[in-house]
Amino acid sequence: MIHFVLLISRQGKVRLTKWYSPYSQKERTKVIRELSGLILTRGPKLCNFVEWRGLRVVYKRYASLYFCMCIDEDDNELEILEIIHHYVEVLDRYFGSVCELDLIYNFHKAYFILDELLIAGELQEPSKRTVARLVAAQDSLVETAKEQTSSITNIIAQVANV
Amino acid sequence: MNPFSSGTRLRDMIRAIRSCKTAAEERAVVRKECAAIRAAISENDQDYRHRNLAKLMFIHMLGYPTHFGQMECLKLIASSGFPEKRIGYLGLMLLLDERQEVLMLVTNSLKQDLNHSNQYIIGLALCALGNICSAEMARDLAPEVERLLQFRDPNIRKKAALCSIRIIKKVPDLAENFINPAASLLREKHHGVLITGVQLCTDLCKVSSEALEYFREKCTEGLVKTLKDMANSPYAPEYDIAGITDPFLHIRLLKLLRILGQGDADASDCMNDILAQVATKIESNKNAGNAILYECVGTIMSIEDNGGLRVLAINILGRFLSNRDNNIRYVALNMLMKAITVDAQAVQRHRATILECVKDSDASIRKKALDLVYLLVNESNVKPLTKELIESLEASDQEFKGVLTAKICSLVEKFSPEKIWYIDQMLKVLSEAGNFVKDEVWHALIVVISNASDLHGYSVRALYRAFQTSTEQETLVRVAVWCIGEYGDMLVNNVGMLDIEEPITVTESDAVDALEVSIKRLNSDLTTKAMALIALLKLSSRFPSCSERIKDIILQNKRSFVLELQQRSIEFNCILQKHQNIRSALVERMPVLDEATFSGRRAGSLPTSVSTSTGTARNLPNGIAKPAAAPVADLLDLSSSDAPAPSSSGGDFLQDLLGVDLSPASAPPGTSQPPKADDKASLVNLNGLASLTSLSPNATSASPAPMMDLLDGFGPSPQKKEENGPAYPSLVAYESSTLRMTFNISKQPGNPQITLIQAIFTNLSPNVYNDFLFQAAVPKFLQLHLDPASSNTLPASGNGSIIQSMKVTNSQHGKKSLVMRIRIAYKINNKDVLEEGQVSNFPRDL
Repeated sequence: MIHFVLLISRQGKVRLTKWYSPYSQKERTKVIRELSGLILTRGPKLCNFVEWRGLRVVYKRYASLYFCMCIDEDDNELEILEIIHHYVEVLDRYFGSVCELDLIYNFHKAYFILDELLIAGELQEPSKRTVARLVAAQDSLVETAKEQTSSITNIIAQVANV
Repeated sequence: MNPFSSGTRLRDMIRAIRSCKTAAEERAVVRKECAAIRAAISENDQDYRHRNLAKLMFIHMLGYPTHFGQMECLKLIASSGFPEKRIGYLGLMLLLDERQEVLMLVTNSLKQDLNHSNQYIIGLALCALGNICSAEMARDLAPEVERLLQFRDPNIRKKAALCSIRIIKKVPDLAENFINPAASLLREKHHGVLITGVQLCTDLCKVSSEALEYFREKCTEGLVKTLKDMANSPYAPEYDIAGITDPFLHIRLLKLLRILGQGDADASDCMNDILAQVATKIESNKNAGNAILYECVGTIMSIEDNGGLRVLAINILGRFLSNRDNNIRYVALNMLMKAITVDAQAVQRHRATILECVKDSDASIRKKALDLVYLLVNESNVKPLTKELIESLEASDQEFKGVLTAKICSLVEKFSPEKIWYIDQMLKVLSEAGNFVKDEVWHALIVVISNASDLHGYSVRALYRAFQTSTEQETLVRVAVWCIGEYGDMLVNNVGMLDIEEPITVTESDAVDALEVSIKRLNSDLTTKAMALIALLKLSSRFPSCSERIKDIILQNKRSFVLELQQRSIEFNCILQKHQNIRSALVERMPVLDEATFSGRRAGSLPTSVSTSTGTARNLPNGIAKPAAAPVADLLDLSSSDAPAPSSSGGDFLQDLLGVDLSPASAPPGTSQPPKADDKASLVNLNGLASLTSLSPNATSASPAPMMDLLDGFGPSPQKKEENGPAYPSLVAYESSTLRMTFNISKQPGNPQITLIQAIFTNLSPNVYNDFLFQAAVPKFLQLHLDPASSNTLPASGNGSIIQSMKVTNSQHGKKSLVMRIRIAYKINNKDVLEEGQVSNFPRDL
C-alpha cells in the first residue's frame, strides 16, 4: 500500500500531504523534513527510488514539483510511477495545463481529485475520464448549493432592508 | 456587505501569505487570520465555516498548529449541505489522525452519511472512513460498508471495496464477512470495481487463510480468464496507457494470481499460459509495459516451478539489467535478489553485469548491487568476485566505502579458501580503505597471521611493502607495526621466502625506521603509538645492535602527555637498561593466538580482558616492604638450598622465595636498606610475586605487564633459576654521568657464603674509554676474587660493555652484609680519568 503522498516544491515547501498510515503530527513534520533533504538533493539522472527507514519512496519531478509516494518493500515501484503520472494527467485535464500555482491556490481541489484516485493507499479508478466526470459532478453540486444560499441571502437581505 | 463576513477570502489570504518577504511577516499574517478564525468559531459562525476551514487547512500545510479547528470539522460534517460536508471531511482527514479521540465523535455522522440518499455524500463518507478510521470505528461501521459493496452505483461499490480493505486490516476478525461479497466483485465488468475488488481479495488472502483457500478454489480460473481478456482486448481509449489497456488492472491481477499460485501446483498450472503470453507479448519500451513485465516476473518466480517460464523470467531480468534506464536496473536487481532463492544458477550467469552495477554512479543501484553480490558469493567464485569488489573499492566514494569495506571483509572471512589468499585480500583492503575497517576485523587478521606459521615471513614482508606506500591507513599501520615487531628478524633475514615473492632487502635499521615513522606520524593515534612502542621493545631484543637507538626513540615518549605512552616508555626503558637478561625471554615470539578462543570472545561469550596463562592479577602494593607474618618459618631456614621448580601459582612462589632466603631489593639504587634483624623474614616484595605470573608473553592486549618492580623480586628467567639456585635482581651498583656499573648477583648453590657477581660496565658518554681498569676493596670479613675483564676498551654510548666476574666470600654471612669500595680508571683520548665510589646497596643477607 501507499503509506503517504507528498508534494514538495524545489525549495522544500509542502504543497500537499496525504497520510494513509498512522503518523502523529510531530512524526509527520519529521518525515517531511527528512524526505525533503533526501530527495531534493538527488541528481537528475539517478533512479526514482530511494530506500528510507525500511520503506521505499518513489518520486518523480514535474517542473518545479516533486511528487513522492512511500510504499512497502514488496510493491511494484514502476506501477507507482504510473500512478503518479495518472494523477498528474488528471490534474492537467482538470486545471488545463496545470502549474504549481494552480495547486497552491486550489489545494483543496487537488485533494478532492486525489481522493477520487486513492483510498486507503490503493488505486481506485484507472480511467481518467471517470475521475474527471466524478469531480466535475461534485463541483457542480457545490456550485448549485452556493447559488441557492446566495439567492436566499439576497432575499433575506432584501426583506431585511424593506 | 454581508454582516457575517469574516474577512478575507481564501484566495486573498493565500496571496497575502505568499507575498510575505520574511518568516516573521508570514507569522504575523497567519496569527491574524487564526485570531479571526478563532473568533468566528467561538461566535459559532455558520456561513463562513467552510471558508474558514479551508484557510485553516492551508495554514496547517504551512506547518502551524491548528487543533482549535478540529471541532469545526465535526460541525461541518454534521451540517446538511454537500459543500460543507465535502470540506468538513477533507479537514477531518487532514487535521486529524486515527489516534485522536475526537475521531470517535464522527462515527454517528458517518453512519448517517453512509445511508444518505445522495450518493456523493455516501462517497465522501466512504472515502473518509477508508482513509482514517480507527479499529473501533471500523468495527462499528463494517456492516454498512458490507452492504454498500452491493450498491447499485459502481463508484460507490469501488469505494466500499477499498474501505473494506482498511477495515479488515484494522479488524482481521471481520475478514470472513467480506469473502463472499468480494468474490462477486471479481465478476464485474467495470474496471474501477474490478481493480478494487481484486485488491480487496488480495488483502483478504493476506489476512485470512480461509479466504485464500476459498479464492484459490473458486476464483482462479475466472481471474485467469479476465487477464486473458484484458491482454487480448482491442484498443480502449478510456483505459489505454502507452498502448496497453489498463496496465493497472494487469498488475493487480498478476499480484493476486501470484498469491493464489504460491505453494499450489494446480493453481500454478492454470496460469502458466497466460503468464507466458504476458511475458512475451508485452512491449517493454515504455514504463507501463515494464511495470507489467516486472510484476509478471515476480509472479513466475513465486509460483510453483515451471522450467520454461523461469527461463523466460530470468531472460527478462537479464534484459532489464542491461537497460540504460536506472529505474529498470534497480527493479531488476531487486527482483534478482528474490530470484536467488529460487534459481541461484541463473542469477550467477549475470554476475558480470551485477558487478558493473556496483560501480554505478547511482547510490541506490550501487547498494542494491552490493547486497546482491554478497548473496551470490560461494566458494567457487569468491576469488574473482572479491577481486572485482576490491577494484570498485578504489573507485567508490567515502559513504559507500564504509559499507563496501564491511561487506568485503565479511566475505573474505567467510569464504577464504587458504590463508595466504586471506592475508593478501585483507592487505589490499587495508591499503585501500583501512580507516573503514573495524577493530575486530584487523584483530582477526592478526590472529590468522599468527596461526599461519609458514606465512610469517611472507606476511611481514608484504606488510612492510604496503606500509611504505599507504601510511595514511591507520589499521594498516597497526597491523604492520605488530608484524614488524613480532617477525622483524624474518623480515631482515628474508626467512621463509615463498616462490612468488620478490626479494627485498630490509636492514635492521630500516625496520626500526618504519616503527619510528609510525610513532612520529602526525595522525597516529594512541593505539598505534602504543603498539609501536611494544614493537620497538621486541626489536630491541631481536636486533641488539639497534638497542641504543631504540632506547632513544622510546625515551622520547617519556614526557608524553598521554599516560599510556608515558608509562610504556618509562617501563620499557627500564627493561632495556636494567633487565637485559630477561628481555629476550620477555619479548620472545608470541605463542600462537588461539583462533577458537578469539572467535568465541568476538562473539561476546568471553570477557575481553587479557587473561594470563598463570595466576590471577594481584593487588600490587607499591613496593613498600612489609613483614609477612605467615611464611616466617621457612625464612630462617637458611640452609635450605633446594630450588623448587617454579610453579605457576603465586602462593608457591612466595614459599620458594622465602624458602631460599631471598630478600628483595628495593628498586632504585642507593636507597637505604630497611633495618635488619627481625625483618629478615619479611621484605617480601609482593610485586615480585605477582609479576612472576605475567612474565609469559601476553596476547594482543594493549596493556603492558607492570614491569617496574616486577623484576626486582626476581632475577634471571625461570629456567636459570633451576640451575643457579636463588636469584637476585641485577642492581646498578654505581652510576655516574659517564659510566654505569651493573652487578648481576647470584649465589653459588651449596655454599651460601659465596656470592658470584658479574659486573657489567656501560659507557654513558660519547667517548670511547681505553685502558679500562676496575679495582675493588672490601672489609676484612670479606674475601674478594676478581676474574679478568672481558676487555679493556669500553665503546661509547652504550654500544658495548665490559663484563668482569668476581667472587665474594662472606665469613660473616648472615650477620653482616656485603659492602665494597670501587675505583675505576680509564683513558679518554690519552687523558687519565679516575672514578671512585662505594657500593652499599647489596641485597642483605648475601
